[in-house]
Amino acid sequence: MPSIKSLDDLKKIREEALKKQQLKETSGKTEVVVGMGTVGIAAGARETLKAILDMIESEDLSDIIVRQTGNIGLDSFEPIVQVNLTGESKVTYGKVSPEIARRIMKEHVMGGEIVTEYQIEG
Amino acid sequence: MRELALHILDIAENSISAGASQIRIEIDEQLKEDILKISIEDNGKGMNEEMLAKITDPFITSRTTRKVGLGIPFFKAAAEACEGSFSIESQPGIGTRVEAVFRHSHIDRMPVGDIIGTFLTLLIGTPEVHWLFEYKMDDRHFVFDDEPIKETLDGIPLTEPAVMKFIRETLEEGVQIVKHPESLNVMG
Repeated sequence: MPSIKSLDDLKKIREEALKKQQLKETSGKTEVVVGMGTVGIAAGARETLKAILDMIESEDLSDIIVRQTGNIGLDSFEPIVQVNLTGESKVTYGKVSPEIARRIMKEHVMGGEIVTEYQIEG
Repeated sequence: MRELALHILDIAENSISAGASQIRIEIDEQLKEDILKISIEDNGKGMNEEMLAKITDPFITSRTTRKVGLGIPFFKAAAEACEGSFSIESQPGIGTRVEAVFRHSHIDRMPVGDIIGTFLTLLIGTPEVHWLFEYKMDDRHFVFDDEPIKETLDGIPLTEPAVMKFIRETLEEGVQIVKHPESLNVMG
């Protein structure tokens, strides 16, 4: 099975990741949370989360934690994404399509600028 | 919902909410017998008989933030619309098992959909859970157990880009081999 034969590859990946961690000063972790309740899923939250993961892979972004959570309680704004940058208050976005998720990743998570047009009261 | 994989994601969310530390998802496509079976099994807090009897009723939910929980009734209806069956077994303190069976060739059967997207969402988004995914088709099967991966990583997060690529490709390869065994030869 593929998962067995490649655990050695994973060990190499781990070593590389450790080296990367040592080179970097401790900048803290960014947390991105996607609401994954029934309403969120039906509104496309999985695709939104997938777009976020794709960005992390394609832009090679380390130190980002991606979480999914149950119902956030803002059904009419699903899919909902919350961004937590270290030392800043939490920002909640609503109606986040994969395209908007990519913008949030680029402008907010990478660039530090809140994408105000999709921001909602959280 | 347009895909069975989205229903699976939704049911697994219930398992997470029930505090499960281990969740096993199985998708079994038996083409000769014309059966598609999906099961989600957890070791969460479980439900008593009263709750269990009410769980398929759309107007009952354990959630307090919103009145209706529609995930289970949706999934049940999807199976029953395809000459299938639906069952849910639960024991307080032990866990819950949901199983939906579909006639594979039924015209109303939803496509299985993006199971890799569903698995990745669950695995990456809830790393504290021990995930077991099993995908079967006829006599072929692929099992993905995230425990050896997490042990090997020893603290490196699953969202590390190279780690995520590794997991995604492992899932893609496994599912591909089960779906199209002839591709094995190409991959050597």
